[in-house]
Amino acid sequence: MNTEKSREILQILQHDSRTTAESIASMIGESVQDVKAGIERLENDGIIKHYSTTVDWEKAGVDKIVAFVDITVVPAREVGFDAIAMRIARHPEVRSAWLVSGGCDLSIMVEAATLKDLANFVAEKIATIDGVSGTNTQFLLRKYKEDNVLFHELEPDNRLVVSP
Amino acid sequence: MSVADNAKDPDLKGLSKTAAQLPQSGIRKFFEIASQMQNVISLGVGEPDFATPWTAREAAIYSIEKGQTTYTSNLGLIELRRELAKLIRRRYAVEYNPDGEILITTGVAQGLDLAARALLDIGDEVLIPEPCFVSYKPCVSLAGGVPVAVETNSSSNFQVATRALDDLVTPRTKAILIGHPSNPTGAVFEKETLMKIVDFACRHGLYIISDEIYDRLTYDGTHTMVAALPRAFERTITLNGFSKTYAMTGWRIGYACAPPEILNTMMKIHSYTMLSAPTPGQKAALDAVRRAEKDALAMAQEYRRRRNIIVNGCNSIGLDCALPGGSFYAFPSIRSSGLSSEQFAERLLYEEQVAVVPGGVFGLGGEGHVRMSYATDGELIKKALERMKRFVDNLSSSDVGMTAKAAR
Ligand SMILES: Cc1ncc(COP(=O)(O)O)c(C=O)c1O
Repeated sequence: MNTEKSREILQILQHDSRTTAESIASMIGESVQDVKAGIERLENDGIIKHYSTTVDWEKAGVDKIVAFVDITVVPAREVGFDAIAMRIARHPEVRSAWLVSGGCDLSIMVEAATLKDLANFVAEKIATIDGVSGTNTQFLLRKYKEDNVLFHELEPDNRLVVSP
Repeated sequence: MSVADNAKDPDLKGLSKTAAQLPQSGIRKFFEIASQMQNVISLGVGEPDFATPWTAREAAIYSIEKGQTTYTSNLGLIELRRELAKLIRRRYAVEYNPDGEILITTGVAQGLDLAARALLDIGDEVLIPEPCFVSYKPCVSLAGGVPVAVETNSSSNFQVATRALDDLVTPRTKAILIGHPSNPTGAVFEKETLMKIVDFACRHGLYIISDEIYDRLTYDGTHTMVAALPRAFERTITLNGFSKTYAMTGWRIGYACAPPEILNTMMKIHSYTMLSAPTPGQKAALDAVRRAEKDALAMAQEYRRRRNIIVNGCNSIGLDCALPGGSFYAFPSIRSSGLSSEQFAERLLYEEQVAVVPGGVFGLGGEGHVRMSYATDGELIKKALERMKRFVDNLSSSDVGMTAKAAR
């Protein structure tokens, strides 16, 4: 399968990871077998990392505390930011971790069940790492969009049912 | 109001005969039934299921906030005309002067009306390959012209045969009106077909009205712009718009391109009957050409995927369907059902709540087909196909289906 078709598979799965190999095959004009093999290769090569679901937890009645923590770091010789970044990223509370430009060095997204858990995590596990010189925690108040999905705007189909 | 006021004045004269003779759109009836029903999956919709790219919507909001709510020049916003000239030069290597060869219209619908009125005198004939978009014939009739249908068929992939044109041309023939990629068949005219049409037009001194509103929804290969073909420019009115490419149906913005004399005549009519196309729509359109290219490509790609699903689906349930090269319609044959296209569509709607449009309403060559729009969410298309499979299976096992077949 050529690169273009592989990329198209990636696009389709990123949009909806439940799209079946049968559907994808039909969409891009390849055999089901080839699509299955292609997806397996993308998984094995670590290009497809993981399949997950975008959930509106608030609607599900589950309270979660989410915060974005900006971290400034004193980079270490030879390993730069990577060693500290990985040390932080390995915690299951950390949903995402990025090296960024601007006022801070690392930016992480942390999730916890309660405010206290989250505050403790940042204070005890992040701020205390050697090389972390500062943290700035911002709590998430409301989600408008995640993974390309708008959370609060239902867009009904207003079109006439039959039209020229 | 008293009863007496309500009584009809016997001396009151009748409405326009031309208008009275226009047929009711065959689509209307299905709209009436389908809109009364619950749980309908509609494959009968002739417009994108996407909302207009946000960048364009936002640009219109901004322009309204700034109070840009006046008329524009009759020709339309000069910035928009310049962008379109650039776009056409880039895509098709055709030069249209934004100052006198491009007119912003209130949709291609108005472009068709203007083209017909600019070209036709009473009794002038216009050749129209069918099946075709439902507005073509009425636009010609309302301009005083006489539409002359040229039948095309699925057996020849809905290409126009020069022989058919030669048979129908008369000294009164003034123009040929084509739409490609096609609503309803999805057919793309091959370059050779278009060259033959141009050659035919040249031989008889005819104009060509070319509705290319689906040019950007061409899935295999590239679209051929008629005006780009040798000898075509001076006789061709190109109509295009924002409705399909940028999912902007409700904004009512299109454009016409033609040599100065034709365009100026269209503009004159436009200046009396429309003044200018809606200003917020023009602002949105301007932003769309400048910034929504990526959105346009993404939508086209999504249609292409759905096209493959719908065509494979139709073929697998026994409805022969060629792969349409463009637009967002599949036009499968329903002859195996033994029903007329209208019976098929009506029963499918009542029995399985799937709305499609019977091919007969699009003119000659349409009977025996239904139009299925894939401007519909992929999951819904799959569900509709499941329902259609059940419908087709029931037909072939039921007596009614068999008798209908035997009767043929
Ligand atoms: C072939 C064709 N031409 C013209 C139109 C009308 O387009 P507009 O919205 O630009 O008036 C349509 C819309 O369905 C169409 O399918």
